[in-house]
Amino acid sequence: MSELRIMRGREWSRPVRPARREVLSATPELEEGRPPLLFVPGFGHGAWAFAEHWLGHAASRGFPAYAMSLRGHGASEAAPEATLRAYAHDVVQVAAGLPRQAVLVGHGAGALVVAHALARYPARGAVLVAPVFGGWGVLGAALRRNPSGTLPAVFGGPLRLSRGQLFSRELPDEEARRHVARLGRAGRRAQWALLGAPDAEPAVGAPPVLVLGSPDDRVVPTSALNGVARRYGSAPLLFPGMGHDLMLDARWAEPIDAILDWLEKEPATR
Amino acid sequence: MSTSTDHGRPDPEATPSALGRDDRPVSDRGDTVCVIGAGASGLTAIKNLREHGFGVDCYERETGIGGAWNWRHDRSPVYASTHLLSSKPFTQFPDFPMPDSWPDYPHHSQLLSYFERYADHFDLRSHIWFGTEVIRVEPAAGDRWDVTTRSTGGYGPERTSQYAAVVVANGHNWSPKLPRYEGLEQFRGEIMHASSYKDPAQLRGKRVLVVGAGNTGCDIAVEAAQQASRCWHSTRRGYWYAPKYVLGRPADQVNDALLAMRVPLRVRQWLYHWTLRLTVGDLTRFGLPKPDHRVYETHPIANSQLVYYVGHGAIGPVPDVARFHPYAVELADGREIDPELVIFATGYLPRFEFLDASVFGDSAGVGRPTLWLNAFTPGHPTLAVAGLVQPDSGLFTLSHWQTVLFARLLLARRDRPERAAAFAQKVRDRAGERYSAHVKDSSRHWFEVGHADYLRAVERALHDLEGK
Ligand SMILES: Cc1cc2nc3c(=O)[nH]c(=O)nc-3n(C[C@H](O)[C@H](O)[C@H](O)COP(=O)(O)OP(=O)(O)OC[C@H]3O[C@@H](n4cnc5c(N)ncnc54)[C@H](O)[C@@H]3O)c2cc1C
Ligand SMILES: NC(=O)c1ccc[n+]([C@@H]2O[C@H](COP(=O)([O-])OP(=O)(O)OC[C@H]3O[C@@H](n4cnc5c(N)ncnc54)[C@H](OP(=O)(O)O)[C@@H]3O)[C@@H](O)[C@H]2O)c1
Repeated sequence: MSELRIMRGREWSRPVRPARREVLSATPELEEGRPPLLFVPGFGHGAWAFAEHWLGHAASRGFPAYAMSLRGHGASEAAPEATLRAYAHDVVQVAAGLPRQAVLVGHGAGALVVAHALARYPARGAVLVAPVFGGWGVLGAALRRNPSGTLPAVFGGPLRLSRGQLFSRELPDEEARRHVARLGRAGRRAQWALLGAPDAEPAVGAPPVLVLGSPDDRVVPTSALNGVARRYGSAPLLFPGMGHDLMLDARWAEPIDAILDWLEKEPATR
Repeated sequence: MSTSTDHGRPDPEATPSALGRDDRPVSDRGDTVCVIGAGASGLTAIKNLREHGFGVDCYERETGIGGAWNWRHDRSPVYASTHLLSSKPFTQFPDFPMPDSWPDYPHHSQLLSYFERYADHFDLRSHIWFGTEVIRVEPAAGDRWDVTTRSTGGYGPERTSQYAAVVVANGHNWSPKLPRYEGLEQFRGEIMHASSYKDPAQLRGKRVLVVGAGNTGCDIAVEAAQQASRCWHSTRRGYWYAPKYVLGRPADQVNDALLAMRVPLRVRQWLYHWTLRLTVGDLTRFGLPKPDHRVYETHPIANSQLVYYVGHGAIGPVPDVARFHPYAVELADGREIDPELVIFATGYLPRFEFLDASVFGDSAGVGRPTLWLNAFTPGHPTLAVAGLVQPDSGLFTLSHWQTVLFARLLLARRDRPERAAAFAQKVRDRAGERYSAHVKDSSRHWFEVGHADYLRAVERALHDLEGK
């Protein structure tokens, strides 16, 4: 990770243009003083991906839970020219608007967005789920597994993830088709950032970071998963047999329970 | 992250752990850090110290947070129409942005709600003792500090607690600077300092003289132009009146685009003069004096309306005040004018009554300490001042990084004492360093800093403290 930067002249002189954002929430009946969770979906996904199971489940365990759609996704404002910086800006805006210091949970490329947001907002903690930090290795794997969905993205077209990449066979076909039909696309500049994004600046406030994923994820190779975990000084928590979309796959309850257990034990987020 | 050393709140009933000087009981607060004031600078000090694992006791003489920006406070210098001078990116804390839905230059009430949200978001209020004034801060053995407090207004008993470190964040824009004039006592009209100016209704229908062209004086002159029956604006020099927008964007954002490219000061001055010529034009034809300095050599004025109202004849520029007569004010050029109300927008002076001037290197005892990075005192490694800066942009980013640096210095004292010692040496060698263009000699420029020069210096200090 790069060094702490205080002078941010370029950033200050060119503020990110605001865009309307979709935020869904589920809050526990009884406020128990737990930190709010903010779920950040990956490219192509919207807040809906978390509203399906994880939001309600987190709330039922006493955590106020929020899910947002990055600009250009879900019901947020269209933004074909969005950049990685604009996405991170969206996350920080929503996080700072929550009543208390939040835990950021990013999935897929949303985890990369969270890594950048952590440099601009002192989260209570962060969870990176099946993180896509980009790089040529990840592109290679995607080209091998889903050439027709991946290749157009290299030339600025939409990145199309397939059912086989996202879900295990356990998920009923009909459900899988429903989710795949909802997928949108990220801005092309943001997609390109996956190939050569500058490293995220160090997280402010030294939050604890949990990395988790599946060894059978067909988007994130295990080596990439390990690489991200190593950056944050840990090893990933693994959920074998699951696809890339851990929050939608058949056994969605296992990873979210593991996340909530971790939050309950971790001193900074207790 | 290190463990918190919060010992809970100092308990007035607890048996004192030691007897301090003059046999006063002193309750020992262990590793806890004391923060004086819960304005913007104090709040960010609490947050950043907590974030680095320290326990914090903050004392605030008012009953709410926000300092200057809480206009219910009797010492608040803001008036009904105050809007920010620096646009949002330069004003917000670097890790807690203002909402996207707010304008470029938010209103003071939005700023207060921003600080309220900051305090709630990071749970800062539980560390603040409201209605409690710090009346003495004295060095104790082992680089510790005895801090004596009592209820604001002098009620109740004094209490002394000992702290591992102190952050002074008492603000420097609350104690009015009132120049002395011959004959002022005989003047029959009304006089007030800008600190008591709250609402344009105070000007309605009157003949008003506004003295001083800091941002306060310019704002009040503009309101007088709209409300008063007559408005004179007295300045003792000419200034550069910069609009809030240039080239279609907030002016400070344009300026920082140049700073990011490290365009040298001379070139930026030239560009600025040139932009001003294109926008507001030559001001001397309105009767405004020619500036006796280049732009950036006085604290910047950001006001798009002043020149406009001068152009409408609604503000009459006049020179410095020479003396007062019972029914008239005599100006430096011998002219006499007859205002009913005189408002001195002559600024503020810093005050640190609770601290012996010698501790601070303030040999003249005027409230002008000799510090490195406007924050660190030679010989007192556990004392820091936050917010004692007059930046050419927002102040809160600067307070934020000052207190981050202090928190990390305190950690280094524990974990890497050789680094902390090298830092202390730098404080001794470089106290008094300036971070701005050469500025005109005036008390208002004692703490003037260019935000880019200043933040780069803080960045270097942080990297030196923590680098490999
Ligand atoms: C009209 C006006 C407009 C301004 N506009 C801007 C702007 O646009 N942007 C900008 O960045 N700055 C602006 N400023 C500068 C302003 O001073 C800072 O914005 C800011 O208020 C500084 O925050 P602070 O916390 O350092 O001091 P303050 O806000 O003054 O807070 C100090 C706090 O310490 C408390 N305190 C003081 N002494 C004691 C004691 N002995 N014991 C306990 N508590 C104590 C006070 O009650 C107060 O709450 C403006 C100033 C004025 C006068
Ligand atoms: N957000 C906002 O809208 C806003 C509004 C107001 C103020 N502020 C900030 O608040 C701070 C204080 O501003 P301020 O305007 O109250 O004070 P200031 O900047 O100190 O300005 C004081 C003015 O009074 C003049 N003056 C001082 N002593 C004088 C004397 N003895 N005789 C004649 N003139 C004298 C000064 O002239 P010299 O230049 O010759 O010294 C200057 O013009 C500044 O940081 C300012 O930017 C912000």
